[in-house]
Amino acid sequence: MSVRVFVPIDASALSVGAEEVAAAITRETARRGAKIALVRNGSRGLFWLEPMVEVETKAGRIAYGPVSADDVAGLFDADFLAGGKHKLCLGPTEEIPYLKRQERLTFARCGIIDPLSIEDYRAHGGFAGLEKALAMAPKEIVETVVESGLRGRGGAGFPTGIKWRTALAATADQKYIVCNADEGDSGTYADRMIMEGDPFMLIEGMAIAGFAVGATEGYLYIRSEYPHAFAQMERAVKVARDAGYLGSNIRGNGRSFELHLRLGAGAYICGEETSLLESLEGKRGEVRFKPPLPAIEGLFGKPTVINNVVSLASVPIILDKGAGFYRDFGMGRSRGTLPIQLAGNVKRAGLVEKAFGVTLRELIEDFGGGTATGRPVRAVQVGGPLGAYFPTSMLDLSMDYEAFAANNGMVGHGGVVVFDDTADLAKQARFAMEFCAIESCGKCTPCRLGSTRGVEVIDRIVADEDRAANIELLGDLCATMTDGSLCALGGLTPYPVMSALTHFPEDFDRPRKRAAAE
Amino acid sequence: MQNHTPWQPEIAKALIAERRALPGAVIPILHALQDRFGYVDKEAVPMIAEALNLTRAEVHGVVTFYHDFRGAPPGRHVVKVCRAESCQSMGCDSLIAHIEKKVGASLKHTAGDGSVTLEPVYCLGNCALSPALMWNGDLYGKMTPQKFDRLHKAKVGGS
Ligand SMILES: Cc1cc2nc3c(=O)[nH]c(=O)nc-3n(C[C@H](O)[C@H](O)[C@H](O)COP(=O)(O)O)c2cc1C
Ligand code: SF4
Ligand code: FES
Repeated sequence: MSVRVFVPIDASALSVGAEEVAAAITRETARRGAKIALVRNGSRGLFWLEPMVEVETKAGRIAYGPVSADDVAGLFDADFLAGGKHKLCLGPTEEIPYLKRQERLTFARCGIIDPLSIEDYRAHGGFAGLEKALAMAPKEIVETVVESGLRGRGGAGFPTGIKWRTALAATADQKYIVCNADEGDSGTYADRMIMEGDPFMLIEGMAIAGFAVGATEGYLYIRSEYPHAFAQMERAVKVARDAGYLGSNIRGNGRSFELHLRLGAGAYICGEETSLLESLEGKRGEVRFKPPLPAIEGLFGKPTVINNVVSLASVPIILDKGAGFYRDFGMGRSRGTLPIQLAGNVKRAGLVEKAFGVTLRELIEDFGGGTATGRPVRAVQVGGPLGAYFPTSMLDLSMDYEAFAANNGMVGHGGVVVFDDTADLAKQARFAMEFCAIESCGKCTPCRLGSTRGVEVIDRIVADEDRAANIELLGDLCATMTDGSLCALGGLTPYPVMSALTHFPEDFDRPRKRAAAE
Repeated sequence: MQNHTPWQPEIAKALIAERRALPGAVIPILHALQDRFGYVDKEAVPMIAEALNLTRAEVHGVVTFYHDFRGAPPGRHVVKVCRAESCQSMGCDSLIAHIEKKVGASLKHTAGDGSVTLEPVYCLGNCALSPALMWNGDLYGKMTPQKFDRLHKAKVGGS
């Protein structure tokens, strides 16, 4: 029998040589006349160990990493196909503490299965949620999602089931499910991992959403920076359609759901739901006024449910295991688990799925192992480019929507970016304004012009021109952006800016600091 | 190397015709044109407008809204360098300075010899392995000046 060997096809794993490793394994296998079945799995999310190769042995899966193509002959010499000892051997994958300490619900299969094998997917619980949903009335599906407490994982944290209720109640000849895979936040990659590592789960979640609200068409909008994810989803959609999980009369049950893929075009604002809908309609990605809510008048003017990848990917397990099962994870009004993405200057960057409530300190110290550079942590940005910068004195903040909101920040899509003590927070604040200027859709003045103005004002503060007056001006400018912006790009850019100024004022006072030192 | 065809209106016309029936066809059409020619020629604007029954101004508005679409042919290689926060935390600013020097072009420009076009990008989803860049669609992580020089040599030649 041939041994199953796993080499990830995840874009991050490829970025550090997984393709070369897979090729070397194939070559060595042929040269030695060994028998293997090479599986191109998703990533387990332990990125500092990528490319991480796994071998299925009698004692379970054994991991090796990070493996380079040059290591491959040595691995064969060490009989890694039988789990042999080697300096890169990490032992049984499931026992790696980073993984063992997680609560993986949405990422239960990612990195484990062959992403394009329906049999593998089913063998690991796949489509169980869909089978249940097929036997339920739309209202029952919606109420299950409401009860689960699931809130949107794309950033705003709006209760998913409530949104679905509105769309279900709307009457129309056509409704749509739109999946937001624009994943523009720096520090995030959970959507990408799902699309590359467990694409059927997303298809399943979208189909269930379709049954729930009576939508027979779905659009998956993937950012153009993710060509690997797009290609993988294209393959997965074809496999699912051939197997009768997409199209008309799904599983012979009479319900239909068709899924279309679309590529974004490099605009951060198109992650905002109404801008995304404009883009899908072939227009400039300008944000729409609300109301009407997309659930009532969305894509092509029809009732539309728009959800993030992780939100939709969480639906199958909720349907399969029940609302209560999911709800039992988490704290307060933040129920279930959050796939947190540790990124930036951290020794062990990777995906950490935990029930809500884990603290930043646990994440950065216990999981992350401190900074990659070995220097002290100085700042952490949570929730993407519109999220706040926190100082180390606030690391006991726990990851839940309310705790972050109470501290002028947001959990967002769950990205945590670590900076060491060489970080210059005035520079980060300036970048936040610059980014807003680059990505503004241009519809409102405070965002379009205020951000460019913000860059100039920060430059003046740092250059020590009229400091006090300019700091006041920056505060006023931020207040205007908060109050006068149609969407969160202009509205939340003040978070990173003001948090930098509040928690790291010394970085805005370089000349003075230098003078004091002299 | 990128495999782009010089601009040919007949090919463009066929690419547009194949996609004109898609809901929201403009962006899929623009992607198809750019994949083929490396950029969106301004001659394409009236062609798309006519095929989709839109005004030229509308199509022009879409082309210019999105950062992806180029108005002129790129170099033989397109390198997208991430300059978002996670990559900043791992020193992308100094990496970018090195890359600009090595390539002989600043971000948003093409080297004088037409070898490489450098483009800024804001996150490639490779933030666990920052700093990141994408060379003709291939993703690279944990980039360093030394690694970049080797990559540049392998792809472009020279020292
Ligand atoms: C500027 C901006 C960018 C956004 N980017 C994304 C994104 O990349 N992905 C996403 O799912 N939501 C993004 N959102 C949030 C969406 O507007 C919307 O809330 C979300 O898609 C709803 O899905 P959810 O309820 O499942 O989170 C963004 C919002 C704003 C204001
Ligand atoms: S805040 Fe900025 S991005 Fe949002 S709608 Fe206004 S101009 Fe557009
Ligand atoms: S910030 Fe550079 S890859 Fe995400």
